[in-house]
Amino acid sequence: MNFSYSEEQQMLAETVMRWLAAETVVQRGFSPERWGELAELGLLGLNVDEDHGGLGATPVETLIVMQEFGRALFGQPFVSTAVVGAALLGNIGSAAQRDDMLPRIVNGSLRVALATLEPGARFDLADISTTAVRQGQSYVLNGRKAVVLHGDSAHVLIVCARTSGGQRDQDGLTLFLVDATAAGVTVRGSPTLDGQRAAEISLADVQVPLDSVLGEIGSGYVPLEWAVDRGIAALCAEAVGAMEKLMELTAEHLRTRKQFGQPIGRFQALQHRLADMQIAVEQARSMALQAAALIEHPQRNERRKALSAAKAMIGRSGHFVGQQAVQLHGGMGMTAELAVGNYFKRLTCIDMTWGNTDHHVELYGDLL
Amino acid sequence: MDLRESPETQTFRAEVAGFVAARLPPDIRAKVLGFLRIERQDYVRWQRILNERGWGAPSWPREQGGTGWNARQRSLFEEECFVAGAPRQMPFGLSMVGPVLQAFGSEHQQKRFLPRILTMEDWWCQGYSEPGAGSDLASLTTRAERQDDVYIVNGQKTWTSFAHWANWIFCLVRTRASGKPQEGISFLLIDMTSPGVRVKPIRTLDEGADVNEVFLDDVAVPMANLVGEENRGWTIAKFLLGHERTTIAGIGTCKRLLVRLKELARSEPKRGRPLIEDPRFRDRIVKVEIDVRAHEWSLMRASSLEQAGKSIGAEASILKIRGSEIQQELSQLLMECAGPYAIPHLPEALNAEFAGETADGHGLNALAAQYLDLRKVSIYGGTNEVQKNLIARALLGSQP
Ligand SMILES: Cc1cc2nc3c(=O)[nH]c(=O)nc-3n(C[C@H](O)[C@H](O)[C@H](O)COP(=O)(O)OP(=O)(O)OC[C@H]3O[C@@H](n4cnc5c(N)ncnc54)[C@H](O)[C@@H]3O)c2cc1C
Repeated sequence: MNFSYSEEQQMLAETVMRWLAAETVVQRGFSPERWGELAELGLLGLNVDEDHGGLGATPVETLIVMQEFGRALFGQPFVSTAVVGAALLGNIGSAAQRDDMLPRIVNGSLRVALATLEPGARFDLADISTTAVRQGQSYVLNGRKAVVLHGDSAHVLIVCARTSGGQRDQDGLTLFLVDATAAGVTVRGSPTLDGQRAAEISLADVQVPLDSVLGEIGSGYVPLEWAVDRGIAALCAEAVGAMEKLMELTAEHLRTRKQFGQPIGRFQALQHRLADMQIAVEQARSMALQAAALIEHPQRNERRKALSAAKAMIGRSGHFVGQQAVQLHGGMGMTAELAVGNYFKRLTCIDMTWGNTDHHVELYGDLL
Repeated sequence: MDLRESPETQTFRAEVAGFVAARLPPDIRAKVLGFLRIERQDYVRWQRILNERGWGAPSWPREQGGTGWNARQRSLFEEECFVAGAPRQMPFGLSMVGPVLQAFGSEHQQKRFLPRILTMEDWWCQGYSEPGAGSDLASLTTRAERQDDVYIVNGQKTWTSFAHWANWIFCLVRTRASGKPQEGISFLLIDMTSPGVRVKPIRTLDEGADVNEVFLDDVAVPMANLVGEENRGWTIAKFLLGHERTTIAGIGTCKRLLVRLKELARSEPKRGRPLIEDPRFRDRIVKVEIDVRAHEWSLMRASSLEQAGKSIGAEASILKIRGSEIQQELSQLLMECAGPYAIPHLPEALNAEFAGETADGHGLNALAAQYLDLRKVSIYGGTNEVQKNLIARALLGSQP
């Protein structure tokens, strides 16, 4: 094992860092300009194979990029499209689907969003009541999808629907590629706590052709879970970047803010708190690396445990570091003007995406 | 020691609960329990309803229009009101400047201001903190210079809660530059409609704007608005901190959040069952409920000391720390109840008039904002770190 970046990886990190350093305001919502730049930099192809115009990079490259995104609070739908979407299509897409969609993901003209979770299902990927019923040469979809991240800027929705089995069965789920503008699809977008976007999506008698089935009928759960794990690995790396940045901001505040005639960093209580935060960040970083290392593990349980462990740890450390960064900034920490609050919000949302700490502790427990 | 609750306590509790159930306007109740934004007029309306009943000032003596209740009654009252969804009674007049005027104010000041606090004809705000003087309050630099029969005040206050709704502000100002910093501070009442007073809102994490910067430029303040003696303001500030220290325990909010948490955990599903049946979440609720119990009994002990005329010091700091930590834990659990719906957030939907639809459609929208907003409780009123310094000092002496 080697934990230092190769020359190329170092360059990748620096490229992204320099590009994002030019960003002065946090973007709210989707930005076509930023998306175009992502494509130009080739980043949208990180998780696409070379045959389809991508870089075919390893999970480490995604980790590197996501850390920089975390540091810069970059809020574009990169994970939905270029991590989860690209990986899922590459993994189980038919030749035709891959040839059609992957190059368009790479060149920035196609965005996809994962429409899986449902109202009342919390984080359970199998708790699906959306139905897909075969009717001649098409499927007809009905149901509702909750908190579809970046759902209102996506062209294609990857919808998980039930083709057989009971409400919470893992068997009987099928993935469909659904045009977001298809008749019967209603997308109600809303801002998110952290300045990104999400959508409530309803599917009312949406007709899709047979070739929009992604993967095999009735066996969508396993690849879906695999793809969400990719997303989780990316979020963990992003969270580490965000926490790193919070540490820098907080340390700087402790060095410069004076009370009682001295920098508040002189108070040992605050030194120890800062140290506790750093301990949490280092544990989180180790877990993000572990997630990247085991994301391609051939045994599902080994992969799942690593990913749930990472997500559970990152949820915990994200809350702690975010809360304490606010606390150590005093009243300033409560303002919308300071970046501290924005990082705290992002970390909060990361915990609440694809399963919070409790959820992943539970999943891990099932595999003990 | 007799650990039985007196029968009168039960009667008292029932009386308060009955009154609140009958008189709390439903629209206000809905806002409070829904974690929506509460308007100035809502606070005023509820205060007037309480005042008509003779309960406008739970902590004031009867002769000043208060209830004359003991500390235990006051915390029961707070709890019943909060759990039923009443807005808090604004502390700036009732628990801060009011008691100060009762103890240090001139007869004229008392007559002029106290009745208007009960009816909320005046809305007071607290002008202590400054950009450079937060935890180290004594380093404040807003100065008041005598010119004939007025003070000319110059400086800046910050984090001033509800200054945008207030018509009066009580300020700590520097009236003498030399000597120990604590010895050159005075306590001044400033009419916010005076020329030279400017209020600028500060937007907070939760997209709210309850706090403000207050700029004071050559504001002329009549000498008659000085409370107590010049340069003795620090004593008043300390009195104010020491007054009613048990209210900072936030027991009302703790109880309200706990009730809401259990309601929500019963109504939000997980795998087709109520979330509260999930052993992991259930245990977290139980743990915080145990914390609330311990906190409540600590508060009762402190109240009984206060009632016996003993001063509480470190106990008050412990109440402040535990109360804020419990509120924060509860707010996190409430947010986690929402699951993925913690993520979408429409700030405008925190206004009761909002007519659109939130992502979840049934009231989860405010929970994450509440989680963010409650980070403030470990910062204001003396940060938790400063409170811990006080506890340690009480144990070790000032120079261990
Ligand atoms: C929502 C809100 C409402 C408020 N309302 C009002 C109001 O109405 N009127 C008013 O006057 N003020 C108000 N305040 C201000 C509040 O009292 C101050 O924020 C608080 O006293 C802390 O001061 P500060 O923000 O300057 O932080 P600082 O004092 O700069 O503290 C920064 C950090 O350093 C720590 N620290 C400081 N000194 C020490 C020490 N000696 N040992 C260990 N740690 C230390 C603090 O605990 C904190 O974590 C409000 C604040 C907030 C957030």
